[in-house]
Amino acid sequence: MARVVVDVMLKPEILDPQGKAVAQALPRLGYDGIAAVRQGKRFELDVVGEITEERLAQIRGAAETLLSNPVIEDFTVRVEDAI
Amino acid sequence: MSETVKHAETTPEVQQPWRELGLKEDEYARIREILGRRPTSAELAMYSVMWSEHCSYKSSKLHLAQFGQKAPKTDALLVGIGENAGVVDIGQGWAVTFKVESHNHPSYVEPYQGAATGVGGIVRDIMSMGARPVAVMDPLRFGPADAEDTRRVLPGVVAGIGGYGNCLGLPNIGGEVVFDPSYAGNPLVNALCVGVVRHEDIKLAFASGRGNLIVLFGAATGGDGIGGVSVLASETFDDAHPTKRPAVQVGDPFMEKVLIECCLEVFAADLVVGIQDLGGAGLSCATSELASAGDGGMTVWLDRVPLRDSSLAPEEILMSESQERMCAVVEPAKLDAFLDICAKWDVLATVIGEVDDSGRLTVQWHGDTIVDVPPRSVAHDGPVYERPFARPSWQDALQADDPSSLPRPTSGDELRATLLQMVAAPNLASKSWVTDQYDRYVLGNTVLAQPEDAGVIRVDDETHLGVALATDGNGRFAKLDPYAGAQLALSEAYRNVAVSGARPLAVTDCLNFGSPEDPDVMWQFAEATRGLADACLELGVPVTGGNVSFYNQTGDAAINPTPVVGVLGVVADVRRRVPIGFGAADEVVLLLGEARDELGGSEWAHHVHGHLGGLPPRVDLAAEKALGALMAAAADDGLVTAAHDVSDGGLAQTLVEMVLRRGVGASVTVDDVAGDAFVALFAESVARAVVAVPADRVADLEASASSYGVPVTRLGNTGGETLVVQGVLTVAVDELRAAHEGTFPALFG
Repeated sequence: MARVVVDVMLKPEILDPQGKAVAQALPRLGYDGIAAVRQGKRFELDVVGEITEERLAQIRGAAETLLSNPVIEDFTVRVEDAI
Repeated sequence: MSETVKHAETTPEVQQPWRELGLKEDEYARIREILGRRPTSAELAMYSVMWSEHCSYKSSKLHLAQFGQKAPKTDALLVGIGENAGVVDIGQGWAVTFKVESHNHPSYVEPYQGAATGVGGIVRDIMSMGARPVAVMDPLRFGPADAEDTRRVLPGVVAGIGGYGNCLGLPNIGGEVVFDPSYAGNPLVNALCVGVVRHEDIKLAFASGRGNLIVLFGAATGGDGIGGVSVLASETFDDAHPTKRPAVQVGDPFMEKVLIECCLEVFAADLVVGIQDLGGAGLSCATSELASAGDGGMTVWLDRVPLRDSSLAPEEILMSESQERMCAVVEPAKLDAFLDICAKWDVLATVIGEVDDSGRLTVQWHGDTIVDVPPRSVAHDGPVYERPFARPSWQDALQADDPSSLPRPTSGDELRATLLQMVAAPNLASKSWVTDQYDRYVLGNTVLAQPEDAGVIRVDDETHLGVALATDGNGRFAKLDPYAGAQLALSEAYRNVAVSGARPLAVTDCLNFGSPEDPDVMWQFAEATRGLADACLELGVPVTGGNVSFYNQTGDAAINPTPVVGVLGVVADVRRRVPIGFGAADEVVLLLGEARDELGGSEWAHHVHGHLGGLPPRVDLAAEKALGALMAAAADDGLVTAAHDVSDGGLAQTLVEMVLRRGVGASVTVDDVAGDAFVALFAESVARAVVAVPADRVADLEASASSYGVPVTRLGNTGGETLVVQGVLTVAVDELRAAHEGTFPALFG
C-alpha cells in the first residue's frame, strides 16, 4: 500500500486565528524568534494498489470537495514512500 | 508606491478603473467635480466603496426618510437613526441599544465565516454605542429545505453563528428559520444584537477637538473582504466572474471578546471622545464618518496601520474589512491611560491619525499625501437616486389567484392528517436542531429564549427590569402586498413581544430586497417602507435603525421582498413574563381576537398546495394595539399562566406548540371560532393569541378583555396527554412531538 498525503492550509490572505493564538503563546512560554505561525491540516490516505495519475486525480477531486474548503483553503497532494 | 495627490493633479488624462469599482459614469464625474481634479487611486477606492449601495443607501435613502418624518412622538428614543445603532430608554437610568443587519452575500459564499462575521459586525455596532452586548438573534431564510444548496448553506450558517456567538459568550435568544424557493441561491442571514448601557455612558461616533488622536485598536489589518462591500453588495453573483469574489473575512471571536472588555473598561475610565467600529468599507468608512460627524478635519498616517500582510497597497488597507477592529478618538492627555488598558487586554493599539481644523480628510503614506478630500463628500453626501418604480404588471394576477379554489380538508380524518402534515412542515417544525447549537443561557440573564414568542433578558438584578425582543418577517405576505406585508411583519413582532408580557417600545428593521434597478422591486421597496413607517406611527413604536440589503437575486429572479422587523419591549418585572407552554392541567384555554377566512399566503397554501396568491390577512393595527394593552395588563395582574400568538400555521400550530412545550395536553372546541373547523384551525388572521387562565381568574380576564375591546372565545381546558379538537380530531402528544421534532434531524442529520 502507498500513502498519499494531503496538506490543507488556509490561503495566505485569510486570517488564521488559531495560528495567531499559537504565535502569541510562544514567546510567553519562552520560545522566541518565531515571527508567524500558520496552522493547517494533514490527511494521510492509505491507497490500495498502485498509485496512478488517474488515482491521484481522484484524490485531488476528494481534496477539493471534502478535505478542503476551496473558498478559503489551498491544498497540496503528494505521495509518500510505500508503507 | 502609491499615487500621490500631486501626481493626480498633473495627470488629469489618466484612465481610471471607476467602472470596475462599481461607480457609474456620472458618479465618477461628480468625484472629479468635488475634488477639482481626478481622484488618486486611493481616493477612488474610498469613494467607490463609500458610494456603493451598501454604504451610501443611495437607492433607499429617499424612502427611508419616512421613518424619521413619520416617527411617532416618544420620549423613549435617546439616539435615533444615523448613529451606529439606536438607543432606547427603558427606565431606571437604563438604556438599551439594538440593531439588525444583513450578511446575506458573504454567507452564501462561505456560510460559516459569513454568518460568524455577521454576528461579529453587529456586536461591534452595539459596542460602539458604549453598551455591553447582552444577546443576539438571527433571522435566517433559505431555499427549499430539501434543496442541495440549502444542505450546504444552512449547516454552515448555523455553525458559524453558534461558533462565533458561543465563543463570545453571548446568548442567542431567538430569530427565525424560514424556507422558500425564492431564497435558493440567495439565503438571508440577518443578525441582531442588543446591548445595555447606563444613560450617562452612551457614546457617539464623531471626531472633534483639534489635536485629539485617532487610535486604531483590535486586530491587525489583512486582505479580508477587499472590495467586498462595493463589489458584493452592488452586483449580483454571476458565475462568469469568479474573480470578483474577494478574500473571505474570517472572524476571531476571542479577539472580539477581549475587544468588548477593553472597550468597556476604556469607556468606564472616560478615555474616549468618540468611537466607531470598523465594518463594511473598513478604514475608509470609519475615518470619513468620524471626520464628517465631527467639527473639523483629520489627518491619517496610513503607513502606521499594523498589517497582517505587509504586501498590502494603501488602497487595500483603506478598503480592508478585517474583523475585530475599532477606531477611537482620544485626547492626547489620556492616550497613555488608553494604551495601558489596551495592553492589559493584549489588544494592539496604534495612533494612526489626528483631528485638525483643516476641514479635509487627508491620508499620508510614507510622507506623501495620497488622499485629500472633504470628509462629508465621502461619508454623508454620496449620490442619492430617485429610482423609477412601478406596480408590477403581474401583481393584479397574483392577487386575483386567491386560495379559495384550493381543495380544503373537511372530514375529521382529513383535518387530522393536515394538522400532522403542517406541524412537520419545515417552516413550522421544531427549530431545536438549530437553536440547540446556540448557547441560549450564557451570562445567566436569559429569562425566555426560543421556542418562546420573544427572547427576554434580565437587565437589572435588583429591580428585575428586563427587555423582550422578537423578529418577524413574511416574504410571501410581502410579495402579495408589500405595503401590508411590511405592516404584518411589524404586527407579528409587536404581538410576540406583547404576548410575552412586555410593552413594545421601538423597532429595528432589515429590508431584504432584489435589485433596486428593477422598477418592480423598487415598487416593492417603496410600498414596504411606506407601510412600515405608517404602521410604526400608528403603533407608536419608532424605527431606531437597521439596514437595507439590495441585489438579493439570481439573474432576473428577485427574492420575495422580505422586510424583517425586530421589536424591542420593556418588561417591568421579568418574573411576570408569560411563557408559551401550558403548565398545568384544568386551566381554561381562551382565544383572544377574531378569526376570518384568511388563507392567502398562508403556510397551509404554501406547504400543502405550493400556492402563493390572493391577499395576505387584513392588517388590523388597532386590534393589535388593544391585544398588546390587554396582554400587558394581564401579565401585570398575573391573570395568564401561558400565552402564545397565532400566526404562521394558524390556531392549530399555536395549540400544538403550547401543548408540546411542556407536554401538557388540551381539549378544545373550535365551533365558535370561525365558519368551519378548517378555517378555525389554519387561517392566519392577525391580532390573536391563545392564553391559559386559572379557572378562578377567567371572569377577570374576560372583564379586562372587554374593557380593551378584545373579543374572547372559550376554547376548552388544559390537561391530559392528547390534543383534542372536539368532534374533529384527537392526536396524542407523543405523535405530535414525533411529527414536529422529526423534520430537521431527517433533513440535516
